[in-house]
Amino acid sequence: MRVMSYREAVIEALREEMTRDGNVFLMGEDVGRMGGVFQATAGLWETFGPSRVFDTPISEVAIVGAALGAALVGLRPVAEIMFVDFTGVAMDQIANQVAKFHFMTGGQAIVPLVIRTQGGVGFGDAAQHSQSLEAWHTHIPGLKVVMPSTPSDAKGLLKTSIRDDNPIIFIEHKLLYQTEGPIPEGDYLVPIGKADIKKEGKDVTIITWSKMVLDSLEAASLLEEEGIHAEVVDLRTLNPLDLDTIIFSVKKTGRAVIVHEACKTGGFGAEIAALIVEKAFDYLDAPIQRIAGIDTPIPYAAPLYRAVIPNPDKIAQAVRGLL
Amino acid sequence: MSVTDYLSWGGSMQVRKQEKIDLYRLMVRIRAFEEQSFISFNQGLTYGVLHLYIGEEAIAAGCMYDLRKEDYITSTHRGHGHLIAKGADMGRMFAELLGKETGYCRGRGGSMHIADMTIGILGANGIVGAGVPISVGAAFALRYKGLDHVVLCFFGDATINTGAFHEAVNLASTWKLPVVFVCENNLYGISVSIKNACALRSLADRSAGYAIPGVCVDGNDVLAVRKACIEATARARKGEGPTLLECQTYRWGGHFTADDGKYRPDEEVRHWKEERDPIGNLARDMLGSGEIDQQEIDVIHREVKEEVEKAFRYAQESNPADVDGMLRGVYYESPTRTRNSKGEDLP
Ligand SMILES: Cc1ncc(C[n+]2csc(CCOP(=O)(O)OP(=O)(O)O)c2C)c(N)n1
Ligand SMILES: [Mg+2]
Repeated sequence: MRVMSYREAVIEALREEMTRDGNVFLMGEDVGRMGGVFQATAGLWETFGPSRVFDTPISEVAIVGAALGAALVGLRPVAEIMFVDFTGVAMDQIANQVAKFHFMTGGQAIVPLVIRTQGGVGFGDAAQHSQSLEAWHTHIPGLKVVMPSTPSDAKGLLKTSIRDDNPIIFIEHKLLYQTEGPIPEGDYLVPIGKADIKKEGKDVTIITWSKMVLDSLEAASLLEEEGIHAEVVDLRTLNPLDLDTIIFSVKKTGRAVIVHEACKTGGFGAEIAALIVEKAFDYLDAPIQRIAGIDTPIPYAAPLYRAVIPNPDKIAQAVRGLL
Repeated sequence: MSVTDYLSWGGSMQVRKQEKIDLYRLMVRIRAFEEQSFISFNQGLTYGVLHLYIGEEAIAAGCMYDLRKEDYITSTHRGHGHLIAKGADMGRMFAELLGKETGYCRGRGGSMHIADMTIGILGANGIVGAGVPISVGAAFALRYKGLDHVVLCFFGDATINTGAFHEAVNLASTWKLPVVFVCENNLYGISVSIKNACALRSLADRSAGYAIPGVCVDGNDVLAVRKACIEATARARKGEGPTLLECQTYRWGGHFTADDGKYRPDEEVRHWKEERDPIGNLARDMLGSGEIDQQEIDVIHREVKEEVEKAFRYAQESNPADVDGMLRGVYYESPTRTRNSKGEDLP
């Protein structure tokens, strides 16, 4: 196994899929010569040149809309929106066009389109560059929402997403780019809609995704020292959702804690909690807990933003409260 | 010289010596603020990244020198210069960058969101293009209220390719609103050259599509910027509608403090820094004409240095942002009012 950063894993997935299929191309702000503001497309412009990698104007509506148009006419665009916060600018194209085109045309149109973006709190990028907006996108039938937490999942899921014939919002996390992990050799894929148990345990199920998987694993190892065995379920994709894995785990442990960085109200955790109640109510030994961002815009100064989002201590504390 | 004098003279530039010195000092203040900000970033005293205005000082200074306190501006991610030129307090700006409770936004906003509603600064902005419609709304409100104040809307070259820009400028032009669209054309949006993002040779030509005047000036010549802005604001105040004012300039550094800007040719950077420094060139011209001597220049620089040091000290000595009070601030809590049976507020 090779060790690679999340950022390198993203690049390798793009490189392999662009090599494999000449209809795959990249477009977005600064993705070309600069290699992306997070360097997550670095080197691809050098390899594939300006006929496969396109720096666009600052025009999010045109980026997503043109990617849709290109997909309708047979290409497989990977469009980058630099921050998930800016999907707000392109939301008509995403919600009213991209997501619905297949359905509205009675199945005639297919939309093999990946919108890559990144979100989450970094080191003080403040209210318009730090959000976790996955719940917006999960609320739109027709989109798939993918949020990998490890380099190997990022690579495998991005490759699968590019080969998928449906539109996908692929949300990376700005603090994950530097993280490293083992990457399988060869051309492997990770299925969309399949959760992964990142740590097994019998006492409580922690259900989470994206960077909060790392925080939850840290919490789980703190708890392990106290004799509490937490199971950490990394959803990897929110839509489609691997409900079977969630329910199987909760039936085993009898306790569920849902952790996400996005603010609590209207967050995707509420959806999961409701599903657990619908499918496994009788198995619960304690109320479901949601550990989430507090309901404020993300502040600028570090002491403030740290107070807003979950961390390993807050997660561990919540778990202790259940036992 | 008052603005009316200036205009009645047919725009011939009889700028008083003191005005030039004021403009010089304003540019020096902006640069000194940015230099201290950069040091603070490198020392890890600030959060996130900063978008510095070094090299572009003549635009903020030239555009805002003649503004009224009651006029409004909207700013951008690269906003420090605009704020200082509109009269913002450097101490509170530094305090914001350092995440202090005394900062303009109590440490909640940071560099990209500094605002001062008391002097018409409707905020820097983290979303490219977002300030343009906001400026148009402010101009609408001024007209609605029957006031003859104006709004200056600052944005970069790359911003003219956003949908928000198009929709907002069209609205302002159709409704003849009192707003001046000031395009700071520093030739790049992050790494992308404007040549690769827009087919127009001169961005001011965009104005034709909105049937408004488009003016292009050397944005590093503070007197040229000032003259063009006086004309545009005068039009706006008279109810003749918006102007698109393109100011050609250059940022000396990378896009933000974590970018080395290596995508730009060395020779291009050198040209702008050495031959087109807005501050150095004004000093050179004034020294040449004998309007100022080196000693006076040194005094300005010394005074500005002291001002910046004092402002920075204020920020450093201030208390950190208050974590406990954070949740207050998401919604405005209206002061409790007593109302009579007709629903009218009682004193
Ligand atoms: C809607 C949106 N898209 C992208 C960005 C990322 N971004 C921040 S500044 C910038 C470039 C802006 O260029 P320009 O308008 O020329 O201003 P400059 O930075 O050159 O002053 C970009 C792409 C953003 N903040 N908002
Ligand atoms: Mg620019």
